[in-house]
Amino acid sequence: MNIDYSPEELEFQQEVRAWFKENLPEDLKQKNMRGEMLTREEIISWQKLLGSAGYLVVSWPPEHGGPDWNATQRYIFDAERAAAGAPVGFSMGIIMLGPVLMAFGSPEQKEKYLPKIESAEDWWCQGYSEPGAGSDLASLKTQAVLDGDDYVINGTKIWTTYGHYANRCFCLVRTDNECKPQAGISFILIDDMSAPGIEIQPIVSIDGEHHLNQVFFDNVRVPKENLVGQEGQGWTIAKYLLTHERTTIAGVADSKLNLANIKRIAAENEVDGKALIDDEQTRLDIAQAEINLMQLEFTNFRTLADTAAGRAPGPESSLLKIKGTDTQQELSELKVKMAGYYAFPWHTEGFVGPEDFAYATQTYNFLRASTIYGGSTEVQKNVVAKMLLGLR
Amino acid sequence: MDFSYSDEQKLIKEQVEKFVQNDYSFETRNKILEMDEGFDRSVWQQFAELGWLGVPFSEEDGGFGGGAIETSLVMEAFGNGMVLEPYLSTIVLSGNALAFAGSSEQKAELLAGIIGGELLMSVAYAEAKSGYNLANVGTSATKAGDAYTVSGEKVVVLGGASADKLIVSARTSGGNSDEDGISLFVVDAKAAGVEVRGYKTMDGGRAANISFNDAPAELLGEEGKGFAVLDRVIDYGIVAASAQALGEMNSSFQKTLAYMKTREQFGKAIGSFQVIQHRMVDMFTHVESSRSMLIMSSMKVASSDAVERKKAVSGAKVYIGDAARAVAQDAVQLHGGIGMTEELDIGHYFRRLTLFCGIFGSKGYHLRRFADQG
Ligand SMILES: Cc1cc2nc3c(=O)[nH]c(=O)nc-3n(C[C@H](O)[C@H](O)[C@H](O)COP(=O)(O)OP(=O)(O)OC[C@H]3O[C@@H](n4cnc5c(N)ncnc54)[C@H](O)[C@@H]3O)c2cc1C
Repeated sequence: MNIDYSPEELEFQQEVRAWFKENLPEDLKQKNMRGEMLTREEIISWQKLLGSAGYLVVSWPPEHGGPDWNATQRYIFDAERAAAGAPVGFSMGIIMLGPVLMAFGSPEQKEKYLPKIESAEDWWCQGYSEPGAGSDLASLKTQAVLDGDDYVINGTKIWTTYGHYANRCFCLVRTDNECKPQAGISFILIDDMSAPGIEIQPIVSIDGEHHLNQVFFDNVRVPKENLVGQEGQGWTIAKYLLTHERTTIAGVADSKLNLANIKRIAAENEVDGKALIDDEQTRLDIAQAEINLMQLEFTNFRTLADTAAGRAPGPESSLLKIKGTDTQQELSELKVKMAGYYAFPWHTEGFVGPEDFAYATQTYNFLRASTIYGGSTEVQKNVVAKMLLGLR
Repeated sequence: MDFSYSDEQKLIKEQVEKFVQNDYSFETRNKILEMDEGFDRSVWQQFAELGWLGVPFSEEDGGFGGGAIETSLVMEAFGNGMVLEPYLSTIVLSGNALAFAGSSEQKAELLAGIIGGELLMSVAYAEAKSGYNLANVGTSATKAGDAYTVSGEKVVVLGGASADKLIVSARTSGGNSDEDGISLFVVDAKAAGVEVRGYKTMDGGRAANISFNDAPAELLGEEGKGFAVLDRVIDYGIVAASAQALGEMNSSFQKTLAYMKTREQFGKAIGSFQVIQHRMVDMFTHVESSRSMLIMSSMKVASSDAVERKKAVSGAKVYIGDAARAVAQDAVQLHGGIGMTEELDIGHYFRRLTLFCGIFGSKGYHLRRFADQG
């Protein structure tokens, strides 16, 4: 048993590290490290830079422009990306739609959409959830009815992250009301978010920012070629993505950077006559968070080793999501506690206290969502419980 | 043993609860949040007319003759509606400081002024590097003849930008963290040498960083003996803030409970899932156990035995802080996406309760303070 990287992997690590050192703009790094929200333009130009270096669609196979890395290399890449202080950017096209099109898309769809994801020209958002269909996604109601050569879409999607930044959207829609709910769902592509009949309403979240939207569809026409796979295959496609290998779901790399950042802040900020790190409670809180993160990293390594050996990951991927989001929340809360009274000033007011704390509560507030989106903790536990207890 | 309220206590409790329910809806509050000062002066005047601004003070001082228990009733009801008016900073903190340490002239002028609603005040104690230690005071005061001036900077002064007068802790002698040698002063917020930078806080409230540069100051209480007064004042602040947090927790709980009965997923109300049912019991437990700690601390904060007072207050802060955190987080979690939005009150309760955990000392700070009492 060993956890060493091979000489080739170490060399790869050096190469990636050097690239980030060379190419990551300092202001972007600082913003990202503070937890400040990035603008659309900042994200796009960063993604384009990654794309030009072949570092954007790192999980894709070579025939679609991916770098042909194995799971370990992808893990190393992500670790170096985070350690450098670089943002994840916007990845729904890359990690969700790309694999879907590769597995279920027509040759024309692959040709039309994949290159523009690879070049960061297209920004895709995900239109799954609806006001009445969250955890119970299969109850979604947005309708797509075939009319001549078009599907006509009516209904609404909600919690659409960056729907106002995106130019395209992949949606789950209902094409059949007669059958079992799951069997009546289809996967469809909306080419233009500014098309007639689409209205995007902002939703401001408790971090005070606009990430989320509600999207309304009023007789929106979409050519029938935009259906992915067959009518009624939408649920299978959505589930395919859930079982798709996700070695970075735990967010270990970013949490490690956060922890390092917290330690630096604790060493540099003086409170009541001593550095924060010399306050016993803070010291122990940091130690506890580090221990939890250690566990997470090793659970993640084990899944990684399984994936590398070609074994399908078991319920661990749910555990990684549950524990990974716990850790993200724990670290963000720790920063709020360390901020003391500097947790009070709101980030919209500029820097009132140390810059290190300016976005602490904003991040903490937003990360409450991490146990809600992508399958809530409760729902993940239901999934694992079913497996453990052999329920159906 | 008797935990029932007197008729007078019941009256004030019902009055404030009714006001919050009828006149301080979430929509009304959202409008007030957007006002320049983050609260509504006409609402404040209403409080004055109803006599609520005098609740904590003796009749001799022109008050209602109540104490921490009555103040808690008001604050809990304020918590239900997340009332924004500066009751904590002006009435509880500044008012008690004046009641404990003010000369008869100061009471006649200032305490009467705040009870009447003409005067807003704040207590400025925290400094950039003081953390929660009230004795860590770098702001200094010097005496020339009969008059004092103060110099230094205070941070995150709640309600500081709207205050007419400030009560400032400053050092007249002793080393940086000595309890001895700290004095309290009244400083006019408009005086020369006072600079106020106001800002919004995370929960939509207002605070300010305030710098003093040889600002003229009037001694409040005995020179060098301000720490004990401030320590007691902050303890009263903790009890009042805890009561407000209890109102916020209870409202979060009630609203979440109602949502669990109506929100349907998988063809049934999500409250029918056992996981959710247990979480509701947990929330309820947090609310009720916090209520016990609040009642305990509101009775013991007035104790003349400082050890008893500190244990009661720090114990309550630790306990209610933990409960507030759990209730706030669970209320958001159990609402799902909608709990994450500005649009819903749940997220606003969450923010208030989050800041409650950090006001007047963190959990670590109060655990230590409790343990130090033996
Ligand atoms: C910040 C953020 C970004 C998002 N981005 C997107 C996006 O880009 N695209 C998109 O389509 N969606 C997105 N979502 C939506 C997200 O997937 C849903 O919020 C999630 O599926 C939960 O659904 P809901 O909000 O309707 O909550 P509900 O399903 O109503 O759940 C409410 C509560 O009940 C619990 N619960 C539900 N069912 C059960 C059960 N059977 N047993 C026990 N507990 C249960 C849940 O865990 C939760 O605590 C986002 C959400 C957030 C908060």
